This record gives sequence, structure tokens and C-alpha cells, in this order.
Amino acid sequence: MADYEIPETREFPIIPSIMEGAMAHSSPFIAGEEFQTEMGFPSGEDKGLIENWKETFLAQLKDKLGKYRSLQVFMDTCVKCGACTDKCHYFIGTTDPKNMPVARQDLLRKVYRRYFTFAGKYFPKLVGAVDLTEDVVKDMYDYYHQCSECRRCAVFCPFGIDTAEVTMAARDILSMIGYGQKYSNQIIPKVHKIGNNLGLPEAALADTLEGLEEEVEDDIGVKVRYPLDEKGAEILLVTPSADFFAEPHVDGLIGYGKVFHAAGVTWTLSSKASEAANFGLFIGNYEHMRLISLRIRDAAKELGVRRIVFGECGHAWRVAYNHLNTLAGPWDFLDQNYPIPQHILEFTKDCLDRNILNIDKSENDHMTLTFHDSCNIARASRIGEDPGSQFTTPRQVIKAVCNNFHDMSADTIHDQTFCCGGGGGLLTDDLMELRIKGAQPRMEALKNVSKDYGVTHMAAICAICKSQFTKVLPYYGMTMDQIVSVHQLVSNAIVLEGQGEEAEDSDDTEEAA
Amino acid sequence: MSALSILYVILFYVAMITLVAGVTNKILQYKRVPAPLKIAVTPAPLTKKGVAYRFFTEVVFFNSLFRATKWTWIFGWIFHFSMLLAFLRHLRYVISPDSFIWPLVNNMVVQSFGHYAGFAMLFGLAGLFGRRILVDRVRYISSPSDYLMLILIMGIAGTGLMIAYVAHTDVVQLKAFIMGLFFFDWQNLPGDTVLLVHLTMVLLLMIIFPISKLLHAPGLFMAPTRYQIDNPREKRHLSPWGAEIEAKDGRNS
Repeated sequence: MADYEIPETREFPIIPSIMEGAMAHSSPFIAGEEFQTEMGFPSGEDKGLIENWKETFLAQLKDKLGKYRSLQVFMDTCVKCGACTDKCHYFIGTTDPKNMPVARQDLLRKVYRRYFTFAGKYFPKLVGAVDLTEDVVKDMYDYYHQCSECRRCAVFCPFGIDTAEVTMAARDILSMIGYGQKYSNQIIPKVHKIGNNLGLPEAALADTLEGLEEEVEDDIGVKVRYPLDEKGAEILLVTPSADFFAEPHVDGLIGYGKVFHAAGVTWTLSSKASEAANFGLFIGNYEHMRLISLRIRDAAKELGVRRIVFGECGHAWRVAYNHLNTLAGPWDFLDQNYPIPQHILEFTKDCLDRNILNIDKSENDHMTLTFHDSCNIARASRIGEDPGSQFTTPRQVIKAVCNNFHDMSADTIHDQTFCCGGGGGLLTDDLMELRIKGAQPRMEALKNVSKDYGVTHMAAICAICKSQFTKVLPYYGMTMDQIVSVHQLVSNAIVLEGQGEEAEDSDDTEEAA
Repeated sequence: MSALSILYVILFYVAMITLVAGVTNKILQYKRVPAPLKIAVTPAPLTKKGVAYRFFTEVVFFNSLFRATKWTWIFGWIFHFSMLLAFLRHLRYVISPDSFIWPLVNNMVVQSFGHYAGFAMLFGLAGLFGRRILVDRVRYISSPSDYLMLILIMGIAGTGLMIAYVAHTDVVQLKAFIMGLFFFDWQNLPGDTVLLVHLTMVLLLMIIFPISKLLHAPGLFMAPTRYQIDNPREKRHLSPWGAEIEAKDGRNS
């Protein structure tokens, strides 16, 4: 583990004092010409700004103000009341005042005021408007990449101002003047070309899934299928590519397969749409987000499926739930009797409600669970029919397969949940310090519930959360395997038909031997 | 008519036109710009009625602010609510005694609550001002205009209270002046200094309304995060420019 200053976790959190410039050094790698070009973005010399960056910036900002009502309204309505100032996990973890949501928005708002409002044009000092300079742009690049677009601030804003909207707009504008972020801009072309964030081609994927089938059969003695590109299957499962091999993600994928198996439905993965994640959201680019979504439409048509189900992934579910209909719809060729798309937890919950799963809760007795509400699911979706079902459904499923469960402190869950610290396109090693510090509020809540209720494991339904926690838990004195997938718990507890029969047989043989 | 009265007649019209035209223009601008994506902050209502209820809790109780910070909420809510009471009391200057709504305005409840509301306004504003100076986070995000706005409204409340308690003015003549503005039958304005200061600050507030953060009043209702209905799976949401992109490659058909 590299050496970072780890923020303290406290029993009773208090709001920290601000420390200017505390994270001024944090800046992700800028995308080189190669990736910028692939994305259709320009690049300057030596990863610098393009020649006419200033005109381009202002033209792009004007364009965005005319295309996104959210941005135009949010630029005007902030009254600087301060309600959001202590709500961001990155502010709490770093104490840098530019990580206060309003200050982050102001990096763009100050420029908006200077060039687009009467007050800013004629009385800039009075209203805090500033000229667009290279320093201002650099500040934007640094601090718009210290926001995970988690929307916790938007919950508390009296005017519903969502910093994520501002961050997305700013990142897209920055991309257009040569300041694209390497991590996201390197990944997105892989989805366009190959079908997933990892650049995992069809053959490798088929191989992985075959291995998974063998592993599950060895483990429980039942042949559970993990099919790829099977035409005529009823369900297309779209899941984050991390599910194919990362821990604990893959245990979740095993779980989905078992649930489908027990439910008796036919399903398939697609090599073309082998990715639920959609980093187009992170970089605030409608066109890229749409093109990534359209791969799912194409795959669904080619395979002739009747339903689409999404695996455990936070921002992917935000895009799927809110935007798939907009970007890749209309979905008139799918079965209208099911939600389009459906979340895997909606599927599993329905199976549990219909009592068609054979569950042995005691299989999870070695753990006491808590649940981490992923930001995008909590504040930008539903998992079920009622508002708030995104909180209840995962907990109902966990409680249906586990005996021991305790929630974390009320002001850190549901729509007040804290981001894992790695969302929004920040899950990259060049932002490790930020990720560790941003995880502080969640780590604090986890430590406290562990101390008070003996919680041993935290379940999550987001690939980014799982990867992020795997990495940062050790920095806070915990172990990486304390983070688990919800469908991993389902997988542990579910007893499939025929399961255990062979196992008992083999026990007998052992005794006989 | 005195030169002073003529000046204020002109100022009143300028301020009124600036306020109405400026705010209308802004609202039309917000309406013109599409919201291309569903971005309701969830849990969000599933129906129009639910959205109306969501706004009701925000406008009447400042629900989100209450969840965010109790101090800002208590000062902010007291200030806004007492400003409403003071506003209601002032309606007696613009409503004719013959009107059917006159009894709704000219009664003990509205008039006496409005009478004392000025003190509550000052209290709330002082609290907000104090937070702006004392809390390091709020101080960091404050521009000169943020302090001046509070000072301006404190000035309006303060001079209003002075007129009510210390330096009375000829309210009958004042009403004649105001009503004259509506019917283009211009009358003299009482020349008391405190009244003139009070009115000047109100006029200034009206003029800066459409070019300042006071736009939070109409903007509150224009935030897609709050007004959108949570039904993206059930109903396809598509903006005009989103449809144009679709039409170009035809991949959604």
C-alpha cells in the first residue's frame, strides 16, 4: 500500500474547518492525442489546451446553456445559502473548500456570470465573476475531477441544484478544449469497438463463462448455465464487465445465473453488449452515452430476446433506468409485461415473493451484513414499483437470504448515502489519494456499525463500489473481503434442485474410504 | 405635482416594467431550453399530484433545507415567512376599499401579524448575515453581492418598522399615490425622508430581481431534478435535439 495520510474515523462526526488548497495537487492524467481523437475530441500540443480554447470554451458553454435546462437554471438560482457545504464526501474527507458543492459549481458559475449575465459583465467584482484564464480552466479540470456526480448535495439543496449536472457539463466542455480525462476517454472507445470497458473480446468472454460453469458445477454439483450470444433466449442480461472475473463481483454473477436457473427462464449474455457501465454519463456526453446504449438495443434485436435485465451496477442502472428509453428506445419489440429494463434485484425479489427459490439462510450465518446504498441507485432510480423501493428491495432480498443484518447510521443511508469515493469516472490509480479520503464518511459509518452491532461484511450492488472498497478498506484497517455482492449472498443461500445430492454421495464415499 | 413625485412615478414604472419583463423573459428562457434527460432526484413522485406535493413541502416548509441545516432553515424560514406577512399587510396600499378582497386584507389578523412581521424579518436576516460571517464555509462562498442583498432587505425592513413606529407618514396620501400609478392619475407622494429611503430600496430590489440570485424564486420551480415525474421506464422522454440526433442515423427505429 502506498503511503497516504488516512483521515481519522470518529464515533461522532463533526464538520471540519476548511483548509484552502488541501487538494490542489490532485489531478487525473489528461488524455493524450490518441484517445482524444478516438473520442472525437481535439487535443493541444503536449496534452495542453487547443489553440482557440477560449472561444471554444465559451461557444460550448453557450451551446450547453441552450441544450440543458438544468444547467441554465442551476447557474442562476444558487443563493449561496451554504446548505450543501458540508454534504460532499470529498469535502468531508479532504477539507478543501473547493470540494464544497457550491464552490465546485462556482468554478463554472463565475465564468458564466462574467460572460453571460448583466451583473457579471458590468460588476464582476460585486458578484464574484472572473475572466476565463488558463488558471481558471486548470482549476476546473482538477476539481471537476474531484466530484463523483453522486448527487448527495442535490438532496439537500433548497432549489434542487445538482452539482453532477454542472460537473458533467464542465467535463464535456473541457474535453472539447483538449482537457479530456485519460481514464474515461481510454475506456469508452473500447466499448464502441469491442463491447466492454475491459476490451475483453468474444472468445475470451466465452472462455471465462465456460470456466465459470465448470467452477459452479464443481462447487454444487449442478450444471448452471452462463450462456453467451444464445439466440432466442428470453432474457438478455447486461452486467458490468467486472462481473466476469473481479472479486467479489463474479460471485454476484454466479448468483444471477443460479436465480435464472431456479426460475426456469432462458437467458443469455451478449458479447456485443457485454458492458452495463456507461462512462458517457461520467464525461457528460449525450452522444457517447447514446452510442453505448444503442449496443444494447442492437444486441437485443439480434438475439431476439423479449426482456432485458441489468446486473449489479450503480451508474449503469441510473443510465438504464432513466435514459435507456430515451437514448435507445422505443422498446416496443420487447415483452411489455415486464419493466424495461428490469433490475436483477427486481427479478430476484419477484422470485422470492413467489416462493420459487429454495433458500437456506444459515449458509450466510458466518457473516453479519450491512448494506451500502450506491449513490446512483439511491438518488437516481427505483428498484421496484414505489418511490423508495431502491432502498427497500435490496434490504428485503438480503434479509431473505441472511439472518444477521444491521443498517448503518440513518444519516448515511438511503438518499443520504455517501458515495464510495470512486464513482463518476474517478476509479483510477492516479486519483488514489482522493479515493481514500473520499471514502472516509462511508468507512466511518461502517466502523461504527461494526463496533456497535458486530457487522462483519458490507453488501453492495455496484461494480465501482465493490472495486473501490476492495482497494480502500485496507487503508482503514479493514480487509478487502469485507465487501460482498448482494447476489453473492443469494448465491450462498440458494439451494438448487439436485444440489447437495452428489455432495452427500461424495461424503459417503469418503467415509467408506 | 412636485418634481420629487414625478421622479418617483417614473422610477416606479421603470422598476415595475424591469421586474415583470425581466422575470418573464427569464422564465421564458428556462422554458425554451429543453431538459434532454430524466434527472429527477429520487425518491421522486410518480404523478403530477405528487410533484405538486413535493413543491408544496419545499415552498411552504423548506423541506430540503430543513434536512440540510437547522440554523439556516430557522433563519431563512422566519425571514421568508415574515416577509410574506409584511407583503400581505402592504396589499392594503394597492387594493381599493370597494373591492371584494378588501376585507381579506384589511382585517385584524393580516394587519397585526404584518405589523410585527418586520421584527421577525430583521431577526431572520440578522441570523443569515451572522452565518455568512461566522461560518467559515459560508464565508468562503460569499461575494460582496451576497452581503449587500441581506443589507438591502434589512434596510427595507428597518425603514418599514421606522415608518410604523417612529416616523409616521401620511398613509392616505401614500395610497393615493400608489393607486394613481395604476390608473395613470398621478398624485403627490409624501416627502418624508424615511419613506423615500424605504421606497427607493424596494425599487432597487425590484430592478435587480431579474439579474440577481433573487431568480431563485421562479428557478425553484424550473429544476428538472424536482419537477420531473419519476416514470422514465413507462414513458419515453425525448427532447427536440435528441430527436434530431436520432433522425440522423435512424438507429432507434
